[in-house]
Amino acid sequence: METIKMRNYFFMDMGVMLIRSMRHVFRSLDTIITVTIMPIAMMLLFVYVLGGAIKTGTDKYVNYLLPGILLVAIANSAGYVSYRLFLDKQRGIFERFHSMPIARSAPLWGHMLTSLVSNAISLVVIIFVAFLMGFRSSAGMLSWLAIAGILALFTLTLTWIAAIAGLAAKSVDGAGVIAYPIHFLPLISSAFVPTKSMPAGVKAFAEHQPVTPIVETIRALLYNKPVGNQIWVALAWCITIMFCAYLCAMRVYRKRL
Amino acid sequence: MQNAIQVKGLQKSYRQLYVLKNVDFEVEKGNIFALLGTNGAGKTTIVKILTTLLKKDGGQVTVNGFDVASKPSNVRQSISLTGQFAAVDEVLTGRENLVMIARLRHLSHPREVTDDLLQRFGLSDAADRRASTYSGGMRRRLDIAMSLIGKPQIIFLDEPTTGLDPEGRIEVWKIIKELAGSGTTVFLTTQYLEEAEQLADRIAILHEGEIIVSGTLAELKKLFPPAKVEYVEKQPTLEDIFLKIINKKEDK
Repeated sequence: METIKMRNYFFMDMGVMLIRSMRHVFRSLDTIITVTIMPIAMMLLFVYVLGGAIKTGTDKYVNYLLPGILLVAIANSAGYVSYRLFLDKQRGIFERFHSMPIARSAPLWGHMLTSLVSNAISLVVIIFVAFLMGFRSSAGMLSWLAIAGILALFTLTLTWIAAIAGLAAKSVDGAGVIAYPIHFLPLISSAFVPTKSMPAGVKAFAEHQPVTPIVETIRALLYNKPVGNQIWVALAWCITIMFCAYLCAMRVYRKRL
Repeated sequence: MQNAIQVKGLQKSYRQLYVLKNVDFEVEKGNIFALLGTNGAGKTTIVKILTTLLKKDGGQVTVNGFDVASKPSNVRQSISLTGQFAAVDEVLTGRENLVMIARLRHLSHPREVTDDLLQRFGLSDAADRRASTYSGGMRRRLDIAMSLIGKPQIIFLDEPTTGLDPEGRIEVWKIIKELAGSGTTVFLTTQYLEEAEQLADRIAILHEGEIIVSGTLAELKKLFPPAKVEYVEKQPTLEDIFLKIINKKEDK
C-alpha cells in the first residue's frame, strides 16, 4: 500500500466524502421534495393564490418573494444534515472512517461541502422557476456574487447548527427536531410580507432576527438599491452564529466520536 | 519475532467505572487471537483503544510496532476495523461501498480491487444493488470485504458473527480462516465459546476488567481436570439439523 503523507490527500478524501453524500441526496426523493419542490410549491402558492392580497410596494410579488423562498429552501435542507450525521454516527460509519488513515475531520467536512453543493443546485433550480414566473433582476455580476456569498454563509451557519443536533442526538427523532425552529425563522421575517403590517411584538422579533437583514440585503442587491447597513447586520449575525455553532459542533464531534 | 499487538497494564475507566483494570496480552503475527468475554466485559473498549478510536488512561499499547497514543496514524495505516454493527453505507451499492473505501485508501486501481473482492466474497451478482437490500450475512461479508481493501496487516473483528444465522456464521468463519492462512493477523472478539474454539490460535478470557486466562485451546483445556470418558448418545444439535435440511453444509 502506498504510504504517502495523509495531508496531501485531504482534499481528495473530501471529494470521496462529497460524492458519497451527494448520492445520498440524489437518491432520497424525500430530500429533493423538501429542499426543491416544496419551496417551489410555496412560491407558486404565494404568488398565484395569496400574492394578490399582499401589498409589498414592488411591481411584481415574485420579485419581492424570491429571496425569502431561497432562504426557506436552505432552512429545509438543514434537518437532513443532522439526520445523515446521526445515521453515520449510529451505524458505525464514522468509526470505520476514523480507524482509517484519513484526516479525522474529513467525514464531517464532507457533509458540510455536500450541504453547500446540494443547496447551490436546488437554489439554481428555484431561481430558474422564478424566472419562468416572471422574476427579473437588474443585478450585475458582482451583485450576484455577493448574493451567492451571503447564501453560502447562511447555508454554512444553519448546517453547523444542524451538525450539533445530529452529533449530539440520541435518537433519529432528536436529530430531526432542530429543523422546526429553523423552518420558522423565514416565516416570521420580512421574507413574505413587509414587517410594518405585523403587530408590535411580532414586528420587533421579525426585525431583530437574522433572516430579515439577510432577505433585505439580497433584495437590495437584486434590484440595485442601496444595501445600507443591513448587509453588516446580516454578516454579523451569520458569522457570530456560525462561529459558535462550529466550535460547539467540533467539541461534540471530538468528544462523542 | 516482533508481536503484532502488545498490551501491557492497559487501564480505562468511564468516570467512576473501571472497565479495564490491568489488561495484558500479546498477539503474534499471523495468528488468530480471540478475546472472549460476556456482554459488557470491556471487549469493545479494548478494540476501540487498539484501533485508536478511544484514548487509554494508562498502560502500554503497541500495534504493528507503533504506539497507539503517539503514532496513531501509523497504526491506522496498518489496521482495519470491522465494528460490531456492519458499517456499510446502505444507500450505496455494494460496489460503490468498496470503491469508496479503495479511494480513501488511495489505491491506484480501485475498480480492479473492487471487482476482485466482489468475486471473492460472492457478491458479484448483488454488486449493483443497494446494500439496504442485502441479507445480514451479505452485509457482513461486504463489511469484511471493505476491511480487507488495502491489505492491512492486522484486522480487528468485533463480534463479527453476532446476529447472523448459522449459515452466515459459517461463511464468516471460512473468510477468517482464509485471512489467517494468507498471513494476516486477526484480532477477534466473541461471546461464543464455539467460535473461539473453531478459529483461534490463542484465546484470552476477559472478566471484570482483567485477562483471567490466556493460552492456546490445548493449554486452556489443561487447566481443568482431565476429561472423563463417558458414553453419551450424541444427538444432532438443532444447528446440525437446520444445516442438513437447508442442504448447505459447512464444506460448501
